[in-house]
Amino acid sequence: MALSTKHLLGIKDLSTEDIQLILSTAGQFKEVLQRPVKKVPTLRDVTIVNLFYENSTRTRISFELAERRLSADVVNFTVSSSSAAKGETLLDTVNNILSMKVDMVVMRHSASGAPHYLAKHIDAAIINAGDGINEHPTQALLDAFSMQEKFGSLKGLKVAILGDIMHSRVALSNIYLLKKMGAEVMVSGPPTLIPTYLQEAMDIKVEYNIDKALAWCDVANVLRIQLERQNQPLFSSLREYNLAYGITMDRLDKLNKEIVIMHPGPINRGVEMDSDVANSSHSIILDQVENGVAVRMACLYLLTGRSNPA
Amino acid sequence: MTLISEQQLPIIVKRLAQQILETYPGLSNAVIVGLQPRGVYLSDRIVAALHQELPAEQVIYGKLDITFYRDDIRRELHLATQTDLPFSIEGKTVILIDDVLFTGRTIRAALDALLAFGRPSKVALCVLVDRKPSRELPIQPDFSGKEMDTLTPYKVKVRWKENDGVDDVILLGE
Repeated sequence: MALSTKHLLGIKDLSTEDIQLILSTAGQFKEVLQRPVKKVPTLRDVTIVNLFYENSTRTRISFELAERRLSADVVNFTVSSSSAAKGETLLDTVNNILSMKVDMVVMRHSASGAPHYLAKHIDAAIINAGDGINEHPTQALLDAFSMQEKFGSLKGLKVAILGDIMHSRVALSNIYLLKKMGAEVMVSGPPTLIPTYLQEAMDIKVEYNIDKALAWCDVANVLRIQLERQNQPLFSSLREYNLAYGITMDRLDKLNKEIVIMHPGPINRGVEMDSDVANSSHSIILDQVENGVAVRMACLYLLTGRSNPA
Repeated sequence: MTLISEQQLPIIVKRLAQQILETYPGLSNAVIVGLQPRGVYLSDRIVAALHQELPAEQVIYGKLDITFYRDDIRRELHLATQTDLPFSIEGKTVILIDDVLFTGRTIRAALDALLAFGRPSKVALCVLVDRKPSRELPIQPDFSGKEMDTLTPYKVKVRWKENDGVDDVILLGE
């Protein structure tokens, strides 16, 4: 058994079996990460380049740790210190790197579809670490892994994705994944931050009242307000956003049940989520980060096998 | 062709358990580690036989998956199974158990994998079938149920009731 795809560009392209395979392999890697020696020699002859055209802390460290735990050789590329700043095209940059014998490319780019474009032109396996407002597949996979760890299964689970749905690649990847795995999905937030035809296009629930969304769900995945992608005002102020849509202890206390709170990070404390919520026992935010390494190890491992047929 | 029949298999398992006990009396300072996925069927049986001779708390038993230590990831992708070693192997004698010892590459990987959990004082190997002439690495078993002394192109298939409906060892592809 292997993945049905050579690249990991988005959850959209994965089958249910692919997702299950990645999640179960991630479970084995999570056990590896509990060992006294956390490193395995699996990818010792594989070279991976991390191409980050956009800022990142968690995802980049998580990928790099995953690569190093698998004994791969790792090359890091940041746009600010590279020839891209001198006007080189994306394809030229990548082809130059690949001619130095690199097997796999992990890429984050601010343009939606950038990794898909690369996949058409190069042979190496590509992992999308976030492309514009399109997809962030490894984040959705680690979210799914964390939910599965907490609840046992995704089937029938009620997941509310809250906040800036419009500009969030995490939201889109999560919606694809949760639908494929049989979970129920609701999005909630200000109408200006939810795409108009999302409900019909993705067959999900849309709720503009955050309290109703919280009352409905088992899990709330709270997203960051992506001010860097908003070139027009979509809500009046951060303070007002917090009052109307922020996850506060008050809101959680009003529910007559326990719900699990997730956030892909970085958190804007006091905006989409209050500090005491992020630090509370509801939150599995740090579990998500821990699971991220195991999930990325699984993706790298399964794609290496694919990209080098005997 | 049948290599080990349904009648012979339990006798061989019992004999292996007894040989282990003769070499490591009371299993003092020794632990049993079955190799996933198929070595575990044999180690389950051997551990059951050991339980007949020793109090349960003296038989320390774990399972090890070696997928991430294999040397053939570029040839074939293997899927990992659960590793379950809930005890320290530091300074212990580890008795590795697998069903068939063929090229020796799995055991090579198992030795690497084991070292990630600590530094055993000694590692011993127990297998059901030893395909000695097919060895590609200098690795030999300490205990073996049956030794094959000819080089054959056939596959040795160990079948277990739990998984295959029958307990025996056959040659496939004749």
